[in-house]
Amino acid sequence: MALDKNGIAKRIAQEVQDGFYVNLGIGIPTLVANYVPEGLNVEFQSENGVLGMGPFPFEGEEDADIINAGKQTITTMPGASFFDSAMSFGMIRSQHVDLTILGAMEVSENGDIANWKIPGKMVKGMGGAMDLVASAENIIVAMMHVNKAGESKILKRCTLPLTGVGCVKKVVTELALMEITAAGFKLLERAPGVTVEEIVAATEANLIIDGPIPEMNLN
Amino acid sequence: MITKKVNNVTEALVGLTDGMTVMLGGFGLSGLPENSIAEMVRLKVKDLTCISNNAGVDDFGLGLLLHQRQIKKMISSYVGENAEFERQMLSGELEVELTPQGTLAEKCRAAQAGIPAFFTPAGYGTEVAEGKEVREFNGKKYILEEAYKADFAIVKAWKGDEAGNLVFRGTSRNFNACMAGAGKITIAEVEELVPVGTLDPNHIHIPGIYVKRIFQGERYEKRIEQRTVRKRDI
Repeated sequence: MALDKNGIAKRIAQEVQDGFYVNLGIGIPTLVANYVPEGLNVEFQSENGVLGMGPFPFEGEEDADIINAGKQTITTMPGASFFDSAMSFGMIRSQHVDLTILGAMEVSENGDIANWKIPGKMVKGMGGAMDLVASAENIIVAMMHVNKAGESKILKRCTLPLTGVGCVKKVVTELALMEITAAGFKLLERAPGVTVEEIVAATEANLIIDGPIPEMNLN
Repeated sequence: MITKKVNNVTEALVGLTDGMTVMLGGFGLSGLPENSIAEMVRLKVKDLTCISNNAGVDDFGLGLLLHQRQIKKMISSYVGENAEFERQMLSGELEVELTPQGTLAEKCRAAQAGIPAFFTPAGYGTEVAEGKEVREFNGKKYILEEAYKADFAIVKAWKGDEAGNLVFRGTSRNFNACMAGAGKITIAEVEELVPVGTLDPNHIHIPGIYVKRIFQGERYEKRIEQRTVRKRDI
């Protein structure tokens, strides 16, 4: 069975380590916060200027001055801090943020990512995505393996305008966990019940398959 | 003490005329200089180039200026959530320059700090880099970006004093703190203007030297764009 969005988030949460500062993008990445194992000390950064983001506020406690990069009302955890946008991207560019998790429209086997623009459609802008992918050392992409037309989004080369080049380290889709190596996509894990053949069929890029591929452990 | 206080928004915006470049603080609808935007709507200044991370929504923030077609060019990182913006952009009435958010912030900060240009990795290898100088440092490629030049910078703070010192609250600090002092004239509007000596000098976020005019806004709606809440445990 292919994973749903929560399943993808659950698998990515296993990549979060104790002591990490983590920036979560909008969409599936936001869900990762729900699955970080208890006992890990992790701080979430939102690029509009907060470290130590907490859950949504209780009804009636929303504060227009305290939002995340998705413009949602949030709360802060003990030890949180606020700062301006220049400092926020300063800590991103200087690689103080340990892990960046974001969505994508396409990823290519050399680690390029496209996620901000579809020519001919309304362009909303890149927001902070270009800064994040150009700077972060550890970038994990959460995305669907194929688009609505059934075409692979895991490609030899991206066809859409790029957000960043050679930057993605891992990709988690509803079908698989893949690592981007110097030789291209390497299949590391299968979603529960999904076969290697199904993953290969859904992938336009070459997949390096080294020995038997284990199933993800989502428990 | 050098006083920066003006009596109202009308006095604060003196000299803001057609065709100028104006920076406006805020992220989404958080930390917007609401009173100054309302005054710009009233003044009907036009052909403006606006530098602001977002373009508001249809009936709030910079959307109000767009509605009256007062903006000729918009420089932003993200401009969704606004149907009138989309219409003007697609019809060619509005020029749009999309800039990575961290680059936008740093172009403000550079102007504030007297740095004419800087190298950033953001946008290298993408269409953002087209026509820009590329330089390699320590094996990594960077593109050259220049500081903004603005006639006015309009920021919003939580508290301020008559000396122009500013204190922000929560994530409404965002671009406001980067834009203060980044334009030829910086206007600060605050929710509460307090007497000099009230604010602890240790807790000032932006020193008054960056602010030319300060006033207390008459009214703040402080609209929330995405109201997200959780249920209380019973």
